[in-house]
Amino acid sequence: MEMRSNLGRARGLGSTNEGVHHWRWQRISGIALLPLALWFVFSIIGLIGADLTAVKAWVGAYGNPVLLSLLTISMFHHAQLGLKVVIEDYVHSETAKFSSLFVIKAIAVVCGTSCIFAIIRLTFEGST
Amino acid sequence: MVEFTLPSNSRLLPGKTFPANEGAGNPRAFEIYRYDPDSGENPRLDTFEIDLNTCGPMVLDALIKIKNEIDPTLTFRRSCREGVCGSCAFNIDGTNTLACTKPIGDIRGKVIIYPLPHMPVIKDLVADLNVPYAQYQSIEPWLQSDTPAPNRERLQSLEEREKLDGLWECILCFCCQTSCPSYWWNGDRYLGPAILLQAYRWIADSRDENTGKRLDDLNDAYRLYRCHTIMNCTNTCPKNLNPGKAIGSIKKALVSRG
Repeated sequence: MEMRSNLGRARGLGSTNEGVHHWRWQRISGIALLPLALWFVFSIIGLIGADLTAVKAWVGAYGNPVLLSLLTISMFHHAQLGLKVVIEDYVHSETAKFSSLFVIKAIAVVCGTSCIFAIIRLTFEGST
Repeated sequence: MVEFTLPSNSRLLPGKTFPANEGAGNPRAFEIYRYDPDSGENPRLDTFEIDLNTCGPMVLDALIKIKNEIDPTLTFRRSCREGVCGSCAFNIDGTNTLACTKPIGDIRGKVIIYPLPHMPVIKDLVADLNVPYAQYQSIEPWLQSDTPAPNRERLQSLEEREKLDGLWECILCFCCQTSCPSYWWNGDRYLGPAILLQAYRWIADSRDENTGKRLDDLNDAYRLYRCHTIMNCTNTCPKNLNPGKAIGSIKKALVSRG
């Protein structure tokens, strides 16, 4: 039974003072993804039929490792920011909410780190 | 999780039908949501047929006619009957609006009237608005200034006053508030379009000196950023205001202060 006043409930635990941070980075990563994703898709189309050596050479080519890393970071950051909003909207059990938020962040970090590692490996294998 | 279906004690049952008097020149059916907490029964949808030839032009006229002539237990809020008090906000013909400014002639076929969506119902068309009222109180909707009060009015330039246009006209009917899916899912923490429009009304006021604190209080993933620009609020506003734009302006102010 809850006998707290409506004003007490409305004020709740107060403002977290960090909503704008999420909003800003969701837009920055989204805008960054536009050219990066287009560049990536067209580059991959250009690599259809290429062998491993050619792919390694492309990954390691001047500027490409940086662009690929930026794409990876923007993509996984944007994905976890977006999924966070969906979970906050629809999952109301505190335990389920916090565990699913942790899991999507963990997946983004693990997948992002793996991709960056793969880029580094292909870059240095391609250049030797 | 979010509830996508009604709880069993809220499921709607068929209700009574009150046919029009014989000789009615222009009969029209009104289907109205009825719920009596004292009866212990589920809500039902009653059908009242009335003669529009002996009824005023607005939906509120029909509700008052039904209450006066057919069923005095029909319960609803109303006061000014001219769209300034915000009492008679219902879901009419699928859209939240004011019964007093909604012409019956705009509706084709049966006129279906429900209480404002996704709020606890006190009785019939009366929704429990205590939570939105408390949320309104939480944004401290009054002028806050540390400068000693002048002996006359606090002056504004014409340009400063113009910034309040489209905001001061809000009558707090909560049509927008209860049309917002984000408010349905997270109404306990999301302030909702009506409260955020009111919050921006004070942020935009050149005479208020607590703008920064007001923005601090809104800088929150739930209080403000549950708004996903669905824009039901702006579509439904019976005063043709734009709560979606006001929320956008709050977000813009937060970004611009870095």
